[in-house]
Amino acid sequence: MTQTETHITDYRVYLWVLLALLIFTTITITVTWIDLSAFTVMVALIIASIKSFIVLRYFMHLKFESRMFTVFVVMVLSIYVLVIGLTFFDYLMR
Amino acid sequence: MEMHRDDLGARLGMWIFIFTEILLFGGLFLVYAVMRHRYSDEFHQAAHQLNAFIGTVNTVVLLFSSATVAMSITAVQKGEKRKGVLFIFITLVCAGIFLFNKYLEWGHKISIGLYPGSEMMVGLKHGYILFFSLYFFMTGLHMLHLVIGSIILTIIMVKILIGSINPGKYTLLENGGLYWHLVDLIWIFLFPLLYLIT
Repeated sequence: MTQTETHITDYRVYLWVLLALLIFTTITITVTWIDLSAFTVMVALIIASIKSFIVLRYFMHLKFESRMFTVFVVMVLSIYVLVIGLTFFDYLMR
Repeated sequence: MEMHRDDLGARLGMWIFIFTEILLFGGLFLVYAVMRHRYSDEFHQAAHQLNAFIGTVNTVVLLFSSATVAMSITAVQKGEKRKGVLFIFITLVCAGIFLFNKYLEWGHKISIGLYPGSEMMVGLKHGYILFFSLYFFMTGLHMLHLVIGSIILTIIMVKILIGSINPGKYTLLENGGLYWHLVDLIWIFLFPLLYLIT
């Protein structure tokens, strides 16, 4: 029996992905030198989310997996965001 | 008779495990978020104590190692056994560099008396204690995952060498890779939140 998944990603794709991730890392570091006051955390989180998206999609092969995997990941992340939202809703309303 | 095998099911199982890991770290990030909100000034100042340079080096090392793990899957799929082993080996070297940097970083903090429960730390302001406790716990738990990941990858490397992971059967490599990417994924959030936002 052979593997059900037959997609083979080229080495070069991973090198491009690595390059993209390193560029985003550079951006995160550069951004901290600029004082964005209240937005600093937000900008850092947005860049981290973009990097995670790239890692999930290419390194973790979500792009080539069955759609079901993506749906599950989105569901789990949505639940987590909801928990953060509810926690802060509770915390800030006390 | 051939044994029943379900590669998709195996990967799905790994993903479900990864979800539990995300929620485990998620809980810690949640504590971090609320405490950062409450003690924003103290968190802000405490973060200055962390060595952003070591943090940056470790970020680059981890991203690089994630790419090599992914490339080893390509190598095994193509039947390029030696390349596959080499890529895993490079990943393990990266893990070693990461751990060495952590040793330098933690070693320095412990030598100046900054570690959970130390006299110095107990005397600090509440926000500082929370920040450093979260720092040690989160990076420590992350490091534990890195060590476990390294052990798994070592086993995988041997299995590629002896041929029990081959172009027709490499789900273990894929799942080990997924675990390694999870370690990378967590660091992507730990690095800016602990080291950079000062």
